[in-house]
Amino acid sequence: MFAIRSSDPILLNACKGFDVIICKMDARHSHIYPYVERSSSFICILGLLAKTEVVMKSGINEDANGNLWRKPTETIGAWQTGVETKSVYMNYDSMSTKVKVKFRNLCDENLENPNLIFIITVCSICPHSRYIEKILKDEATEEKGERARMASFVGAMAIADLVKTTLGPKGMDKILQSTGRGHSVTVTNDGATILKSLHIDNPAAKVLIDISKVQDDEVGDGTTSVVVLAGELLREAEKLVGSKIHPMTIISGYRMAAECARRALLDKVKDNKDDAEKFRSDLMRIAMTTLSSKILSQDKEHFAKLAVDAVMRLKGSTNLESIQIIKKAGGSLKDSFLDEGFILDKKIGLGQPKRIENANILVANTAMDTDKVKIYGARVRVDSMAKVAQIEGAEKEKMREKVQKIIGHGINCFVNRQLIYNFPEELFADAGILAIEHADFDGIERLALVTGGEIASTFDNPESVKLGHCKLIEEIMIGEDKLIHFSGVEMGQACTIVLRGASFHVLDEAERSLHDALCVLSQTVNDSRVLLGGGWPEMVMAKAVDELARKTPGKKSHAIEAFSRALIAIPTTIADNAGLDSAELVAQLRAEHHKEDCNAGIDVITGSVGDMSELGISEAFKVKQAVLLSATEAAEMILRVDEIITCAPRRREDRM
Amino acid sequence: MALAFDEYGRPFIILREQESKSRLRGLDAQKANIAAGVAVSRILRTSLGPKGMDKMLQSPDGDITITNDGATILEQMDVDNQIGKLMVELSRSQDYEIGDGTTGVVVMAGSLLEQAEKLLERGIHPIRVAEGFEISSRIAVDHLEQIAHKFDFSATNIEPLVQTCMTTLSSKIVNRCKRSLAEIAVKSVMAVADLERKDVNLDLIKVEGKVGGKLEDTELIYGIIVDKDMSHPQMPKQIEDAKIAILTCPFEPPKPKTKHKVDIDTVEKFQTLRKQEQQYFDDMVQKCKDVGATLVICQWGFDDEANHLLMHRNLPAVRWVGGVELELIAIATGGRIVPRFQELTPEKLGKAGLVREKAFGTTKDRMLYIEHCANSKAVTIFIRGGNKMMIEETKRSIHDALCVARNLIRNNSIVYGGGAAEISCSIAVEAAADKYPGVEQYAIRAFADALDSVPMALAENSGLQPIETLSAVKAQQIKENNHCCGIDCNDTGTNDMREQNVFETLIGKQQQILLATQVVKMILKIDDVISPSDY
Repeated sequence: MFAIRSSDPILLNACKGFDVIICKMDARHSHIYPYVERSSSFICILGLLAKTEVVMKSGINEDANGNLWRKPTETIGAWQTGVETKSVYMNYDSMSTKVKVKFRNLCDENLENPNLIFIITVCSICPHSRYIEKILKDEATEEKGERARMASFVGAMAIADLVKTTLGPKGMDKILQSTGRGHSVTVTNDGATILKSLHIDNPAAKVLIDISKVQDDEVGDGTTSVVVLAGELLREAEKLVGSKIHPMTIISGYRMAAECARRALLDKVKDNKDDAEKFRSDLMRIAMTTLSSKILSQDKEHFAKLAVDAVMRLKGSTNLESIQIIKKAGGSLKDSFLDEGFILDKKIGLGQPKRIENANILVANTAMDTDKVKIYGARVRVDSMAKVAQIEGAEKEKMREKVQKIIGHGINCFVNRQLIYNFPEELFADAGILAIEHADFDGIERLALVTGGEIASTFDNPESVKLGHCKLIEEIMIGEDKLIHFSGVEMGQACTIVLRGASFHVLDEAERSLHDALCVLSQTVNDSRVLLGGGWPEMVMAKAVDELARKTPGKKSHAIEAFSRALIAIPTTIADNAGLDSAELVAQLRAEHHKEDCNAGIDVITGSVGDMSELGISEAFKVKQAVLLSATEAAEMILRVDEIITCAPRRREDRM
Repeated sequence: MALAFDEYGRPFIILREQESKSRLRGLDAQKANIAAGVAVSRILRTSLGPKGMDKMLQSPDGDITITNDGATILEQMDVDNQIGKLMVELSRSQDYEIGDGTTGVVVMAGSLLEQAEKLLERGIHPIRVAEGFEISSRIAVDHLEQIAHKFDFSATNIEPLVQTCMTTLSSKIVNRCKRSLAEIAVKSVMAVADLERKDVNLDLIKVEGKVGGKLEDTELIYGIIVDKDMSHPQMPKQIEDAKIAILTCPFEPPKPKTKHKVDIDTVEKFQTLRKQEQQYFDDMVQKCKDVGATLVICQWGFDDEANHLLMHRNLPAVRWVGGVELELIAIATGGRIVPRFQELTPEKLGKAGLVREKAFGTTKDRMLYIEHCANSKAVTIFIRGGNKMMIEETKRSIHDALCVARNLIRNNSIVYGGGAAEISCSIAVEAAADKYPGVEQYAIRAFADALDSVPMALAENSGLQPIETLSAVKAQQIKENNHCCGIDCNDTGTNDMREQNVFETLIGKQQQILLATQVVKMILKIDDVISPSDY
């Protein structure tokens, strides 16, 4: 039992006219209001309580001193101000597990002070108690209405703010340290990577992380923008909810705005698919824009060229698997290069030729250690040493036969996914065949793809197995490592990008950046519509959305206006991150965009408003569209929520 | 109470360990139960209607579900209270039986309980209340029958069905493209429906989702999609006029079930065994080839060698296909599932016009489309969406829409939505109340009040004045004798649901009233709750 000094205006107001209030409280105090209102009937009970001994059910924790109440600061939640605790003497009858409470003294003492309100947990003494013990399971929590909305807004905005500083060409990186063994460190400014590694408990925040992941999978870039935009949309929505606009109205406004923004972009989109020369320069620009916010920005031209070359080889397929990225520490980023052939990170077996011209390659996935008998239950049982030797001989014979069959294909290079033991390796060396063991699965598939061979597992009909071909196989050195290089391959699609860099962190980040660029480019090859960058698309959308807001009657127009503000937040953030005067710049930009056909965007390098088409900053339409749509979708989802029910986390066995 | 005395005055125990059990009796028990039921229904109340809000649920593993589907919310809420669990079951049974209206049924039950409590306070016996409710539920159901409309549709005119599905979808997050989704749902149901028998087997409609793209990309595929790819990366990605062998035996060496051992003790045995093994693989593949299959779909895995042999013989194959999918493929292609290679015959092969592999996005996700099947009675709805939660929610919404369409095919009567049916029932029940002598009259009136709570919640959620709106609509219904007046949730300016095209199925509504009444009756009849106490 404890008392609250009536410093809380809401509570005091509710208790007006009563000297003493007894309320029922459950652990979470969410039920306090209804019972304060009904407290008149409880007053009578108090009269009863004050005179007689009341038997009370225990359901309360007991501490060492016999104080049977939780600490008020724990239970009182929002009303922490001026909490004063009264510890009450209670007889604790262990036999009946019931607690007898003597109220008399306490009541006499405090009845004279009208500013005190008692809050007593009465559980089930009074017959009219509507106490529901609990609906949900232990530790499950429930948040309702405004609080739920608040919790999701706050969580989502926190996530958006977290990645906000990485946006734009002058965005900063984050260091991520894993909690696992080794505390490995990642340095990145890729939104999806940052968010993926966070451990988040807030449900709304998880929605944002999810959209960033999907953005990564679908278009590869814009992972930060989508989260920032969703965060801004929610920030605006919060203000609107604060001014008593129903979330559903906001949602319908956002939907109209998103549709309008999409149309505005479609109007302004450029498509240079027919003009190969221009298309290539578009790709270069997009690649450079994407790379400029990454660690590769120093050598963005070099890497943009690499990426464009690699993607052009794919000829429209979005299968990035045929672009292999090999990371080798050492050298500088500038030393990275694109190789038209295929590089396998393996060594050539001992005593085998280091260089083969006009190679016929057999790509296989077969056991080259001991070829087991696969029939179930077969086992070797012998009774003498001699028989062991015989069977061993037979096994060897079997292997020799297999190798002979393989050699019979007329090959001079054999690549296997599984191990090759010494014995067959020796046989291959004798036949002058290059044998490569233990190429991983991806490597095998890719090699089969580029050389045009098939992955074989049986070798009985050499005439029908398709062999792979390449002009030259040789061992090359990159840094200190020896790699096998297949050049002059048949299929022109595949290529390898070798990344060089000072440290593994740099290489990892470079790979991520390059991957982003490759993804965007490969998507652009399919959907060649292009937009300008540097905040230009956002301003175009904002302008269209603003116009829509003016035309729309009703409360929706507030939401539409808010949408345009959220859009402008992206160029604002870009400018802020670059340390520029964002208010000034964005205002200028707005003014510029008032004219027809304007190409103005933020030129972060000079810190002013510039012509984006002259500066060569472009973005892919597909990326922008995905950002717009999924951010709106996510914001909508979070806005619709009015209750959060969290189940108790599953208990893990402590492994200590 | 747990201690009684026999005729000699000796005490004996009726309820063992009563100290450790908490017990509620009589009116207390009923009130506590009612309070619990009401608390559950209150959670769902805000989710009702086109402007209802969603709930975010975090599972013990941290997964998030965002939904406004009543059954899903309750299922994932981890309800502990006994009566709460009854409400969960209530919503679930509505889901199983009808598939839609899972929120409405709980709200209905909650308001019935609220009304019952008032009656109990007046000293009316719970059983009389229950009987009164029973009578009135019958009145309401009969009345619904009277006001229901027959709804004409045919395989060519599906517009009415689409309209009804749209009503269902409009309360979900997917209402942005409810038109296209409703069409997809109706088309898929029509594709698998047996219009003669008025039966629809929803198992034949597979709902598959893949993250990415946008909701508008959701499509209906007359065929099957399997989330698998070819077993060998170099197999052809597209097969036309495929003849499919559907196998449940692995391409692996045989594993006899009886325990056995093959002992190898001589070199000869070793070699024969080896030969047999090779022969075995060869036979398996040859068998498939012999019957003319051009695609093998297998429930189990392949041995590397077998895999290559398949590839080699130009026989594309898919491995590790799940049992359910296998069945669907068999139904769709008209093939038979073959458990043994020996039993493979040309007649048992399934036929499909086109089988192709399709890749998505920048990751290497691939799916296998089996289209233009011999028997087009199996369809797949393929959902795309911005994130996983969106897809899950869309799946649930589509499920609801499918159920509605199915119900309409079973029974083509509809009533008007937007609370119109409830208001109309309420008026009918109210009018009937006066005819009953006895205490039940009060219960019947209370039932009428409870019926009002659904339109009331609708109005509340849409931001209208609940009492004013409801009384206006009610007055209008009585004055114009027009049972199509409902709550105008979308602010379209008319409250005639016929104009707004807001329909619900008759059986769905009837089921709601019946189920809710049943549960309330059950709760009212409880007068003693004995539960083991935790402390």
